[in-house]
Formats: sequence, structure tokens, C-alpha cells
Amino acid sequence: MSDVHARTVAYVRESEIPPAPPPEAVGGVVKWLRDNLFSNWFNAILTLASLYAVYWVLAQSLPWILNGVWNAGSLAECREILGGTSGACWAVLSERWNQLLFGFTYPSELYWRPSLAFLLLLVCAAPVLFPALPRRMLILTALYPFVAYFLIWGGSIWTPVLTAVGFMVGYAVYSRLVTQSFAMGFLAGTVAALVFWSLQGYLVPPLSTVAPIALEAVPSRDMGGFMLNIILGTVCISLSLPIGIALALGRQSSMPIIKWISVIFIEFIRGVPLITLLFVANVVLAYFLPPQSNLDLILRVVIMITMFASAYIAEVVRGGLAALPRGQYEAADSLGLDYAQAMRLIILPQALKISIPGIVNVAVGLFKDTTLVSVISMFDLVGMIRGPILASTDWNGVYWELFGFAALLFFVVCYGISQYSQWLERQLQTDRR
Amino acid sequence: MKKSVLASAVAATAIAAAGMASAQTLQQVQDRGVLNCGVNTGLVGFAAPNAEGEWEGFDVAVCRAVAAAVLGDPSSVEFVSTTGKTRFTALASGEVDMVSRNTTWTFTRDNDLKFEFVGINYYDGQGFMVPRALGVSSATELDGATVCIQTGTTTELNLADFFRANNMNYDPVPIETNAEAQQQYLAGACDVYTTDMSGLAATRATFEAPGDHVLLPEVISKEPLGPLVRHGDNEWGDIVRWTLNGLIAAEEYGITSANIDELAQGTNNPEINRMLGTEGNFGEILGLESDWLVNALKAGGNYGEIFERHIGESTPIGLARGLNAQWTDGGLMYSPPFR
Repeated sequence: MSDVHARTVAYVRESEIPPAPPPEAVGGVVKWLRDNLFSNWFNAILTLASLYAVYWVLAQSLPWILNGVWNAGSLAECREILGGTSGACWAVLSERWNQLLFGFTYPSELYWRPSLAFLLLLVCAAPVLFPALPRRMLILTALYPFVAYFLIWGGSIWTPVLTAVGFMVGYAVYSRLVTQSFAMGFLAGTVAALVFWSLQGYLVPPLSTVAPIALEAVPSRDMGGFMLNIILGTVCISLSLPIGIALALGRQSSMPIIKWISVIFIEFIRGVPLITLLFVANVVLAYFLPPQSNLDLILRVVIMITMFASAYIAEVVRGGLAALPRGQYEAADSLGLDYAQAMRLIILPQALKISIPGIVNVAVGLFKDTTLVSVISMFDLVGMIRGPILASTDWNGVYWELFGFAALLFFVVCYGISQYSQWLERQLQTDRR
Repeated sequence: MKKSVLASAVAATAIAAAGMASAQTLQQVQDRGVLNCGVNTGLVGFAAPNAEGEWEGFDVAVCRAVAAAVLGDPSSVEFVSTTGKTRFTALASGEVDMVSRNTTWTFTRDNDLKFEFVGINYYDGQGFMVPRALGVSSATELDGATVCIQTGTTTELNLADFFRANNMNYDPVPIETNAEAQQQYLAGACDVYTTDMSGLAATRATFEAPGDHVLLPEVISKEPLGPLVRHGDNEWGDIVRWTLNGLIAAEEYGITSANIDELAQGTNNPEINRMLGTEGNFGEILGLESDWLVNALKAGGNYGEIFERHIGESTPIGLARGLNAQWTDGGLMYSPPFR
């Protein structure tokens, strides 16, 4: 049959032809280029101009970067090696990288301790950041502050251990009383922990003699470089989150004293520049404290930055609370939940979800603001560059290389934080579809 | 009214704190075993940590000499870096025992802020730098020039005074920091850069072609820099003062770190003997060991050696002695006699 058919109708094909690719003009790279880059004459001009700009920047900077000198003892030596050609003097980084990362007084044989603390930070922060990880890992997170303190500052192991025990005592009291009322449990837990910590000073010396487990102590004054930025950033962000949430709730409270304390605190701190608070921490407090009882400078700075950040986070969280429909509050009330339960189970999970972009914004800003401590003569990354390194006879005059390196370090961290927050928003679907 | 109450409370606390801290500074330093010395956060040649994290520089050497005189060890110094804004409070609050931080000795700092300048270790002054191609050899030829000047400093006022006194006009280019000035000047945004002479020399040393720029001979202001201590503890002030005098006198009498061991055995120059403790009891009078100045001089050599090592003509900064030469060589360095 088919034979007959084939013979009889010669112009009918026996088999299907394979599909041909679309013409060059309406598919593939050309189509993409035409749609996206050259859709009309104006866009074409813009495209060409941007390409030229990118080329120009790269043509200027790439030879300078690639032609850089990595081995030299001073800027003058760099210039001698370059012999008049354009090139970066990366030698300053290879000679001073340790000072940029750890400050110039942190003992070099102990660099492994802050490095280890940093790696542990990544591990221990993971369960908080990624809900998919087993919940049991949160124990690591809870232990981390004490381990990190012990690693970075050193000293007797009993100080951080007893501080941790103080928290456990407080928690034990809290969990016993929380069934009666949240406020009572919280207050009693705090008091119990404070009592324990006030006794701690008497316990450390005898324990240290019985079991002398200690690392070489490094005073706060010796902290510096990017390590100091990370310490300040991490500590202040993690402390300011709970304080900020408490302040935001306090501001919405119906109890007038709590409400006004919160409002005055937030408005006062937001009305003062951070740099002023830092000067207060460094200069004014020194007058009020007796000369010998020198409250640790890092501690003073941490308190000031935390106060500053919590005021901002409080306002961000308040925005989230205000965005919740009134019905959510009423629904919680109608279920018979008390204030603490309503907040914990219904209001805050939703409000915080809405506030994520704002909180991350504050966190990124705060991390970069930690460089302001360089003006009160603390040697953070920028302080190290502006002070000791640029002031050394060898490296005076190296600006681009050093500040470029600082910018790179900050960019890596801040871009990481921003990417994480975008991922988290996708996970939580903050647009409330 | 409230403000003034608070202000006087701050002042009263400050004075009380300073009083407590300063009464027994020598005793405190000896008990502590460490001298707390306020230095710059970083100034080329004067104070900066090296690649090993050891502080070095012209101002740092004074701290080391005092530590060696008091404690016998030039390395028992805790350097507290201070900015221009924090240096005075650090000293007043007792956080540091002395400040050696290129600080200009002025009337108000001495009297109003209640500090005591113990001497002068560097005579600085405001000068001008111009490109050699400009063909200018004196600051009086700068009529109509554009001048890079740091805003809010005394240099700005000095510049205005100088140009008005010489009946000249200028066009100021305000800048914030020395780094910015460097870039602006090299980019040709201004014909002249003016700041302290030592700063100009240090800046010029970082240029690719330092020889293309000249420092003009005119110095238009007085900036005597020296170490300072708190009011109210004269014994401690005397120790710092005479350690500095000892460094200067040692250069005058030819005591160097090379020959000090030999001279400390005793010489036939009674002044050297009194300084080095082989005659008299000058150490005891100050409350120190008899070899206090020997230790101070061993820390970094005499004044001339310190100058040469950190900022002198053999270093990239390349400052000439100028006013800082010994009085016998036409400079202003003049120590009262050890008698």
C-alpha cells in the first residue's frame, strides 16, 4: 500500500524532516543581543558607552594589579623593582597581613586561637542561620560565646566556665517558675544568675589553683585589625537583637513607665551620632571611673555600639509590629493567651519575618560602623592602616593597595550577610501570599 | 545652669582623679614595673610600630629613655596610642604617666589644661613645599598662588597672617587630611602645600620623585614639640625633664651608645662623671639608681643618635638638624648644666 502511495504521489514525503534551527536573526545569541543590548539606537549607544567604560576601567586597573610587586621591604624598594612602570605595591600586604588581620600587638604565636574561634563561629552560628540543621546543634551555639572568649582572651578556663554555669543556674530557676508566670520566672532567673556571678570572683582563684587549666592571657588592648571588627560586629549585633526587640515591645507597652523609658532611650540614642557615643566611652568615662579601676575599653565600646544598634533595631521591629493586622492581636487575645505567649507564639514570628530586610540593613551598617573605633585610637582594620602602617617610614604613601584590601574584606562579609538574608526571605516568603 | 553644674562636676572629678593619680607617679611606675607612655597613633619617623609590632620613632625613644632611667629596662613601656583629641584626657585621667606625642607647647596647654611641658625635643615650624618646576626660591614670591591647606588647624591662621603681613594674595584649596593633600598637590590642584616642616619632609619622602619638589627656607610659625606630664607631681616632672636634658647634654659632651661603657668607668671630665653617676649622687637626688642616665643613654643613644636614626638625613625622611642642632653648632638644643 505504501509502495503504491509513494509511487503514485511523488511529491509526498515518506518521512518527517528534522526540525531546523530558527534563523540566526530570531534566535540564539544574536536574538539575545538584539533584545537586551541593541533593541533601539539609544540602547545601542548606551551599550557601547558602557562597554567602553568597563574596558577603560579594566585597562587602567588590570595592568596595575597584575604588574604588582609582592616581595619588597619598602615602598622605595617597590618603585625600584617596578622601574617606572605602573604597578601595585602588594608587598605591604605580604609583609603586614598579620597586622591587618590581628593588630600589631597580638602575639604572633597565638594567631591560631582567634583563627580557630572564627572557624568555630561559622560552625556554631550555622544552626541559628539554617533551620534545616538538627536542633541539637543549638547547644554548640549556646556554648560558643564562652569558648570564643576563652580562645581569644585566654586566662583561666574557670572564668568562662563559671559564667556559663551562672546562666544555667538562672535558666534552672526560670524553668521552675515559668509555669506560674513568665515575668516571675524571668525576674527570679535573672536574680539567681546575678547572685551566682557576684560570688564567682571568690570561686575562680581557688579553682584555678586546684585545676590550673589556662591559656596565655591576652589583654584587650592587644586586640586589633580585622579581628577587632569581627569581634565588635558579632557581639554587638547578637546582643542588640534581643535588646532591640525588648525595646520595641516596651515602646508599644500599655504601661506608661516602661513605655516612656523605651521611647526616651530610643529617641536619645538615635539623636546622637555613634562617634559621640564612642568618645563618651573612651574619654568621659575615664574621668568618672577611679584611675586604677580601668573598665575594659573593648567592653565600654561594645556597650556603646550595642546601645546604638538596639535603638535602630527597635525601630525596625516596631515597623514590623505595626505592619501586622489588628486581627492578629485580637485573635491571640481571643484564644486566651497571655501577653508573653501571644508575643512569642503569634505576634513576634510574623513581625520579625517582615523586619528581616531592615534588621539585615542595620547589621551590615553596624558592621561597617565598627571602623569608627579607629578615631578613639583603637587599631581596627582601618585604624591599623591609617595609624601604624601608613606612619611607618617604609610604607608611608601606599594608599590604594591597603584600602583596596580593607574594602575587599568588608565586601566579602557584607555581601555574604546580604545573600543570606535574601535566601532567608525566599525561605520564609515574607510577602505573605 | 544645669549644664554648668554638670561641667564643673566633670572638672572636679577630673582634678580629683588627676590629683590622686599624680601624687606618687614614680612610686606607681616602680610598683607597676611598666611605664605607661602616650604616643601618636602613627606619625612617620616620630612614632609607629614596625613589622614585628615594636614601637619605634623619635618620640618613642624619649619614652624608652625614661623607662630605662626609672626601671632600668627600655622595653618596660606600655605604649598607649592617643589621637590629637584623646591625648590630654588620657594624661589627665591618669591612664598614662607621660605623653610624648609631637605636642606643641602653648600657653593654654601649659596653664589652662594643667599640664607641665618638661622641655622641647623638636623645634618644628610651618613651611612651604613647591614643585621645583615652579622656579620659586622664597615664600615671599608666592603672590597669587593656590595653596593646599588643612582646614581647622593653626596652620590655616598662620598662613593668612603671613600673606597679609607680606601684602600678598592667595587662593586656598581646603583639604581634610595629609593623605588627601598629597594626592591634591601631586595632581596639580595647588601650587603650594603648607604644613609643619617635618610633615612636609615626610610627605616629600613618599613621592616617586622627591627631587622634583623643594621646601622653601621660610618657617612662618613656632611649633616647639615636647613631652609633658601632669601638674602637681614635680618629682616625676623632674625625672622626665632631666632624662631629656641628659640625652641632649650627652650629645654635647660626646657621650654615645658606643663609648658609654668606657666613659661610665670614670673620666677626667667632672660633668660627665656627675651625669653617669661615678661622681656625686644625682640619681639619689631624683630618687633613682646612680646609673639612671647610663641606662637612659644605652636605650637609644644620645639626642643626636636618636635624631639621626629616626628622622635624620640618612633616613628617607631626611630632616636636617637646623634649629635642632646643639647650641654649639648654631641650633637651639641647650641643656642646663648637670651640677
